[in-house]
Amino acid sequence: MSCCAAGAELHLHQARAMEDEIMLASRVVHDGLRQTDLSVPGIHCGGCLHRIESTLGKLEGVAGARANLSTRRVTVLWRGDAPPPLIRTLEAVGYQAHVHDIGADKKDPVLGQLLRALAVAGFASSNIMLLSVSIWAGAGAETRDLFHWISASLALPTLAYSGRIFFCSAWNSLRHGRTNMDVPISIGVLLAFGMSLYETIHHGPYAYFDAAVSLLFFLLIGRTLDHVMRERAREAVSGLARLSPHGTLVLQPDGTRAYLAVDEIQPGMTILLAAGERVPVDGRVTGGSSDVDRSLVSGESAPQPAVRGTELQAGILNLTGPLTIVATAAVRDSFLAEMKRMMEAAETGRSAYRRISDRAARLYAPVVHATALLTFAGWMIASGDAHRAITIAIAVLIITCPCALGLAVPMVHIVAARRLFDNGIMIKDGSALEKLAEINAVVFDKTGTLTAGQPLLTAKGNTGPDALALASTIAMHSRHPYSQGLASLSHGRSITLDAVSEHPGMGLEARSGATVHRLGRPDWAIAKRHSRDACQDATVALSTNGKGTTYFCFDDRLRAGAIDAVAELKRTGAFIEIVSGDTDKRVRDIASQLGLPWVSDARPADKIRRISALSEAGNKVLMVGDGLNDAPALIAADVSMAPASAADIGRNAADLVFLRDSLGAVPQAIEIARAAGRLVQQNFGLAVAYNVVAIPVAVLGHVTPLLAAITMSLSSLIVVANALRLDGRAPQNPWIPAFGRTVPPLLLGSPK
Amino acid sequence: MIDFFFLVPIAIGLGLAGLASFMWTLRNGQYDDLEGAAERILFEGNDGPASPSSSSGALPMKAR
Repeated sequence: MSCCAAGAELHLHQARAMEDEIMLASRVVHDGLRQTDLSVPGIHCGGCLHRIESTLGKLEGVAGARANLSTRRVTVLWRGDAPPPLIRTLEAVGYQAHVHDIGADKKDPVLGQLLRALAVAGFASSNIMLLSVSIWAGAGAETRDLFHWISASLALPTLAYSGRIFFCSAWNSLRHGRTNMDVPISIGVLLAFGMSLYETIHHGPYAYFDAAVSLLFFLLIGRTLDHVMRERAREAVSGLARLSPHGTLVLQPDGTRAYLAVDEIQPGMTILLAAGERVPVDGRVTGGSSDVDRSLVSGESAPQPAVRGTELQAGILNLTGPLTIVATAAVRDSFLAEMKRMMEAAETGRSAYRRISDRAARLYAPVVHATALLTFAGWMIASGDAHRAITIAIAVLIITCPCALGLAVPMVHIVAARRLFDNGIMIKDGSALEKLAEINAVVFDKTGTLTAGQPLLTAKGNTGPDALALASTIAMHSRHPYSQGLASLSHGRSITLDAVSEHPGMGLEARSGATVHRLGRPDWAIAKRHSRDACQDATVALSTNGKGTTYFCFDDRLRAGAIDAVAELKRTGAFIEIVSGDTDKRVRDIASQLGLPWVSDARPADKIRRISALSEAGNKVLMVGDGLNDAPALIAADVSMAPASAADIGRNAADLVFLRDSLGAVPQAIEIARAAGRLVQQNFGLAVAYNVVAIPVAVLGHVTPLLAAITMSLSSLIVVANALRLDGRAPQNPWIPAFGRTVPPLLLGSPK
Repeated sequence: MIDFFFLVPIAIGLGLAGLASFMWTLRNGQYDDLEGAAERILFEGNDGPASPSSSSGALPMKAR
């Protein structure tokens, strides 16, 4: 059996496998109707939506197709035993598509709940405010009582429905003996409502229904914005290509082939792996030969040959030829699962970060409650009128309710997230922004982070246009990364060849009449030993009839903007370091170009150890990495960034993901985070200033519902307006670390 | 003043109607794809939102 025949055979199975994968990932909606979600990153306009929907709609068995521009996703409903050829059809009209897990994309229940609560609070607060205005305008006693009763009947269900979000959170926090921002909010709102109800029953002139409900409304706006920001980042990240397959082609003992879900693979099963697929579980090669790309798994950037007996970890990409593998571990024991366990361990090991707003609440709540209590005591002593003392104390609570504080942080964060998004950076949540502003040490991974995917190519020997065109024409027949680099050399010229065949692990052989050209490993391409010594460090050689003509070297190429980004980070005095799993020579090359200290041959555990050494020395560490092997380190670091090209496990672990190629995103993100941090502080300052003015007025008993409504709205508006300043601001001076860095234990070379 | 009291239930009723219609659009999935909705006005055909995961709004079925 020749290797080409095996490849063709597997190719047929690959098409079957794609359908099986769609089947596995689909979900029954009702009687025979199935739903499949596809991720289509190429959707970018209304025309795309139209073309995709009409093309898929014409397929046999498709009941309906709906494309979503915001999430870059297509939902297809179909009937029948076998799925329609969805992915192939989309590829035919020019869209790359891959199956999206329906399970991973359940409609977010929290957002729905928040929006409904917001809508109810908005309705109630506008109507109560309408009634309140007529009371402030001087309605007669009877009308006032009536309006109070209507307000109460609107406010009660609103409190029960919209206020639940705050009450539950406050109760949870109190039960664990802590306080958060929701505790003073809940107490303030409930007391305001209770007192107003009492006043209404006793025909009192002042009721705070409007304050209680509009407080909920403003706070829910902040809460919803916070949530939307997190959600958008999550969706954008999960919309990128997934790397681990749903299933794989298994050769069963009776010689038949079956497409099994990855979970069902047991050790000892024989897996057929086509070129271009990723290894689903750990295994050993038993047949075929190929080149494999380990860059995501171990950080080694140079592709390596895989022959009989080579051990492969899950996640390795098979590049050139089909391989037969015997599984040595089930999914739960594979490399991927081991990384997940390390990530969980790192997660529990990392100190819980308290968000700024929670830290503020810890100071704020006792101060406010003590003030209210003292006010009550003071008025009791001064006047002896319990009703009056309680009324004034509650007015203090209402006026100090942290409305502006509740908006101060989320508003800034959402504006900052917007600015990051404009720069192609997605952020997972607000706390990452706060932590990013404090970092003073940066750890970079090398492969795929500091270096770009495409290697840097240099040619030696005969570098005439004919030789280069020949090399590039041959190279076009392979998907090996080196070949793809060489294929770009031709500048449009092409040379006619009779036949080209690929020898996995070796290279490509081309025939043109009686002449044989070989492009590949020097010891395979060049027959004569002495000429092989001529260019020892070459990675790829081009030979004609066994005689070497041109030699190519492939070195890591720095990612765009890497030098500038590192220079900018250095200027700020941050400690920067490379920690890579690649070999010492390759890491040294890159490190010397950037002038950075490095650690090479680092296994995932070594990376974690390095990061904890840095944090124990008092640094706040930012980890920038992309591979599977970086994922635990990304969790262990205080805050982490990953490029969009990263393994999906790495992208999910990172706090920030940058979508553009340039590494300039790192200093940019830090700068925006610091600008946001300054604005948050200003907003807190404004909120405190508001309280300094409002509390004396309230303590002296001069607060009326009208005054409370005006001051609360005004303070919220000021905070929002201040947050919006972040958007239009000109670039700031380069950021300066929050505190001077502690010199970390210097540890060059291998960490072992 | 009390002569115009009938305006109050009308105002609240209108507010409730607005609230109910918002809840309906939310359930119906009209906010799932805000960018797409802006583009779709340029094309004939499927205008309804898709929310196949809920029973309230089905995917627009192809006419056979």
